Amino acid sequence: MNYTAVALFAAIVGLTLVITYFAARKTKTANDFYTADGGLTGAQNGMAIAGDYMSAASFLGIAGMIALAGFDGFFYSIGFLVAYLVVLYLVAEPLRNLGKYTMADMIAARFNASKVRGVAAMNSIAISIFYMIAQLVGAGALIELLLGIPYTTSVIIVGILMTVYVVFGGMTATSWVQIIKAVLLMAGTAVISFMVFAKFDFSIFKMFSEVKQATPLGDSFLNPGNKFKLPLDTISLNLALVLGTAGLPHILIRFFTVKDAPTARKSVVYATWIIGAFYILTIFLGFGAAAFVGSEDIIAANAAGNMAAPLLAQALGGDLLFAFVAAVAFATILAVVAGLVLSAASAFAHDFYSHILRKGQATEKEQMTAARLASIAVALISMVLALFAQTMNVAFLVSLAFAVAASANLPVILLTIFWRRFNTGGAVTGMVVGLFSSLILVALSPNLWAVDGSALFVGEALFPLTNPGIVSIPLGFLGAIVGTLLTKSNEVAGNFERILVKANTGIDAATEVAASKE
Amino acid sequence: MHQVSEVQKNEATQSAPAIVESATFQQLMRQKNGFILPAISFCLVFYFTLPILTSYFTILNQPVFGDITGAWIFAFAQFIMTWTFCMMYSKKARAFDRLVEQIKEESK
Repeated sequence: MNYTAVALFAAIVGLTLVITYFAARKTKTANDFYTADGGLTGAQNGMAIAGDYMSAASFLGIAGMIALAGFDGFFYSIGFLVAYLVVLYLVAEPLRNLGKYTMADMIAARFNASKVRGVAAMNSIAISIFYMIAQLVGAGALIELLLGIPYTTSVIIVGILMTVYVVFGGMTATSWVQIIKAVLLMAGTAVISFMVFAKFDFSIFKMFSEVKQATPLGDSFLNPGNKFKLPLDTISLNLALVLGTAGLPHILIRFFTVKDAPTARKSVVYATWIIGAFYILTIFLGFGAAAFVGSEDIIAANAAGNMAAPLLAQALGGDLLFAFVAAVAFATILAVVAGLVLSAASAFAHDFYSHILRKGQATEKEQMTAARLASIAVALISMVLALFAQTMNVAFLVSLAFAVAASANLPVILLTIFWRRFNTGGAVTGMVVGLFSSLILVALSPNLWAVDGSALFVGEALFPLTNPGIVSIPLGFLGAIVGTLLTKSNEVAGNFERILVKANTGIDAATEVAASKE
Repeated sequence: MHQVSEVQKNEATQSAPAIVESATFQQLMRQKNGFILPAISFCLVFYFTLPILTSYFTILNQPVFGDITGAWIFAFAQFIMTWTFCMMYSKKARAFDRLVEQIKEESK
């Protein structure tokens, strides 16, 4: 048992609970709960986005993947970052202008039909839970390695903490936990990277030449193709990564925490700088782990490589640095899962309960109760599912969530803003086709099927690619377009002008020419 | 605590179709589309060139500086591209904001 680690874990838990206590006193209305009353600055929200986004997949998963597979691991870093251009250029500002609490609000601003809102909410819940499984798997492995607490217990501890943050502190607690985590993660990563770089005498050239000699892959460590053998699989992964972020509900809801579209834009700019700096440093984490921990020890601790970064810290700075880095990873996971619980719970409570079930008639108090109960339910479901996914690489699991987000949400988000003819039928078809095609393709993929019994099921995979994006993302778009062309709707054209004005300016104008205000 | 809802209330007396037809709004859309669509298209093409080159060709396996291969240089260029286009948008968007303010004034 590493007592420093226990103390640091306890400090993080203590700090986040103090934040939650103060946040709880400020969380009185549904608007407080879902958006922290829209009161964050661009810089604060930028850091919170970074904290919400750089997950166990980024810190634990990518470091391990680069250490074990070389360049292929770095594809994740690139895709996770470039994705922010899609968010910045196409999604952030219209989303802020159109939506209120959830992604479904944005789509429902144009198509005010229960089925549209219901399907959008279902997608948010599915994606958030998928993503959460990955985080809980990382958390379980980490705490088990560090404190010797069994995987199941670890998952339950993290599950209880995330539920407490969200249930009591809502978006305010979630945001501040994410901001503090972003600072801790950047600090921890910078310290390790500096130490790794120092070991190579601050020479990039020396680092590259020595690392490839240190790994069993040799020269090919620096070349792509060690993990992704099929060309289409690489392209499919890259497609899912770059388009997925703009469809991730827990990232999208962060834009409702600022006052207007220009502030939403500023927060993306801050986030892009922080996130980019972090992903550059993943090279040092991965290379360092390959050189100073070694493939054998990384695999021995966790077959998927998820423990590479903490082990690197131990090799470089002994138990103290190990404990610090493990605690940072723990904080990382807590911040992300809190955001995920909030996004899934808001879809349940705001979309299903308040809008569909109560038709917007629920009182403030009923909305809050629904949101809190939904948070607990979401946490329980995710914890149960995480117990079955223990042996998978977390970066990989997250890439699947990205594929679902890119297939099910992004087509409809984009078409809602940009396509005049788009209608209710198209929105529903696009979301359903995107969600189910990506889920079904994953279910038929080599992730779950292997002839040699290394996966959940024994047998030949019916779909050859590990990432479904290259098929399911076009299907999502196609579903939306074909669905639109096959159904007729007459309220569309006028409403589109209203959406066009609101998405681009934030102005809430009437549809009818005759309508005059007041 | 209601400062937010006040900011959000940008209700117009003009109807949406009238705003859309206004010269200022048309100018905003022209400027936005003229910048956003070519820029994001370029970024995505640049982004996908990397996996396409690494998957179907081996040219990026050549060392460029010391042992650093072309793939890593290209990968690093993706970071530079992201930051550059991020700042370019941020700068351009100030002009969009001015037009939006003008539209808000005109539509009151």
